Amino acid sequence: MDVYLQQLPQQLVNGLTIGGVYALIAIGYTMVYGILFMLNFAHGEVYMIGGFAGWWVLNLLSRNNVPIMNAAIVISLMLIIAMAVTGLLGMMIERFAYRPLRKAPRLNLLLSALGVSIFLQNLVLNYQGAEIRFFHVSSLIPESIRVFHIGNVVLSFTRILVILVTFLLMALLTVMVKKTKVGKAMRATAQDTEAATFMGIDVDRIIVLVFLVGSALGGAAGTLVGLLFTQVDYYVGFQAGLKGFTAAVLGGIGNIFGAMMGGIILGLVEALATTFFPSAYKDVVAFVILILVLIFRPWGLMGEKIPEKV
Amino acid sequence: MNKIPILELQNVDTYYGSIQALYDIDIVIYDGELACLLGGNASGKSTILKTILGVCNIRKGMVKLNGERIDGKPTKYIISKGVAIVPENRRIFPRLSVLENMEMGAYLRTDRTEVKRDIERMLGLFPRLKERLHQPGITLSGGEQQMLAMARALLSNPKILLMDEPSMGLAPILVDQQFDLIHKVNQQGTTVFVVEQNATMALSIADRGYVLQTGSIVLADTAQALLNNEMMQKAYLGGEN
Ligand SMILES: Nc1ncnc2c1ncn2[C@@H]1O[C@H](COP(=O)(O)OP(=O)(O)OP(=O)(O)O)[C@@H](O)[C@H]1O
Ligand SMILES: [Mg+2]
Repeated sequence: MDVYLQQLPQQLVNGLTIGGVYALIAIGYTMVYGILFMLNFAHGEVYMIGGFAGWWVLNLLSRNNVPIMNAAIVISLMLIIAMAVTGLLGMMIERFAYRPLRKAPRLNLLLSALGVSIFLQNLVLNYQGAEIRFFHVSSLIPESIRVFHIGNVVLSFTRILVILVTFLLMALLTVMVKKTKVGKAMRATAQDTEAATFMGIDVDRIIVLVFLVGSALGGAAGTLVGLLFTQVDYYVGFQAGLKGFTAAVLGGIGNIFGAMMGGIILGLVEALATTFFPSAYKDVVAFVILILVLIFRPWGLMGEKIPEKV
Repeated sequence: MNKIPILELQNVDTYYGSIQALYDIDIVIYDGELACLLGGNASGKSTILKTILGVCNIRKGMVKLNGERIDGKPTKYIISKGVAIVPENRRIFPRLSVLENMEMGAYLRTDRTEVKRDIERMLGLFPRLKERLHQPGITLSGGEQQMLAMARALLSNPKILLMDEPSMGLAPILVDQQFDLIHKVNQQGTTVFVVEQNATMALSIADRGYVLQTGSIVLADTAQALLNNEMMQKAYLGGEN
């Protein structure tokens, strides 16, 4: 038992890191579901392309795997460009794959999402190949700040970075959704689309914005995980998508704060599970949670059983 | 009163898919008046309002606002030209606070300080909303939700206010208050077009009325004339007046 207790702080930190990433991915699922009542299966691929965009920027700014600029600038550019690329990608997916089907049966939309997912995966496979691409993080971050030891907790620079950035992005999103006019319009549209049109809210524009924001957060998550685990390949979107989706369902799909909570809880539970079970079981945890939630509390932790449409 | 038409529907046919819901509708609403539209369940009352708002597309005829054709225009545009609605069942945003619901009513306005002042004015008019300013809309009672829907609609500073069955689901005393309020809003200069099944109540405050039956206008007259109309007495007024 002592061994477990000793490991606990480390696992909490690990869980918080990956949990923040899951939360960012889950937000994209939940925001789209909140307005369109569809599962955007292409979201995992958006995350993957975010990872590639970050990797591409890092490579572009490096000579012989050594960055030519200050780490802070390189990392900022990686994140900004990954978010811009994926935000734009999300808007295009909405425009060309989902909007034409707005009035079609839900199943058509779902199939279109699967199609986009397969298309994007193959697109990347075609241009980047199947091999794993490595983020040369060790040459990016100066030796002196690469790893910190606090008690028996090992904190890498990238881990701290991931925690800070994920929580910063979540805080910004919260302010946007809670305090700004457009954020309130977003919530209004999710709660009652027709009533929102009656207020003069341009629902099409709100939907575009939802895809922009959700996808950009997913893209940021892709780059952050690339920095954390130093690799990306064309297939990483599948696993990440499942985790994000599980987190969204756990929090109550459609509920943004639920998605944040769901992601963090999923990350923590996964990390703690590795203290008690072989780490090979880690990924099973998410599925067990998904199934349990769907059976016993399908509206999730924060979801309310208030009908969305009156 | 010099009669300037503010809203006109001319020979309007509206369909839901292949099913026709409105037949050759002719309605004129004059600036400053209080007009009502009476009709039973599924007669097409809400469809007329949705047609005005551009939510339902027309297949024949035209809709004009202040002489300008608005059929085919996006809802946002029509709202921006001074139309507001208190929808059927009120349609409060359930998880937005009372204040946020009101802010959504003023969504297209850019005069932020004026909006603030107008919200204060609404809270003066509806003190119960003031007490519940930060509660989610869903927690309000039916009567309070009706007040909120009214405040929300008025916050766009409409020239013409559309109301879809404001008496629905309200206790009789609240219905009276609601209609007093509609009357007051009209007297303060807002044109009102109210859709009702409660014909007695609506005609008691209206200047003119239209009667709708299965998608067609069957009667159009002054409120007084409609109150005395024999067919009205039988079909809608229950002979009680
Ligand atoms: N979205 C829709 N799709 C298809 N048909 C519809 C739709 N909305 C209304 N209808 C049909 O159009 C007709 C008129 O409906 P509408 O809602 O305008 O009636 P109403 O007079 O407002 O009724 P109520 O008093 O019940 O509110 C009805 O037959 C209804 O079934
Ligand atoms: Mg109706």
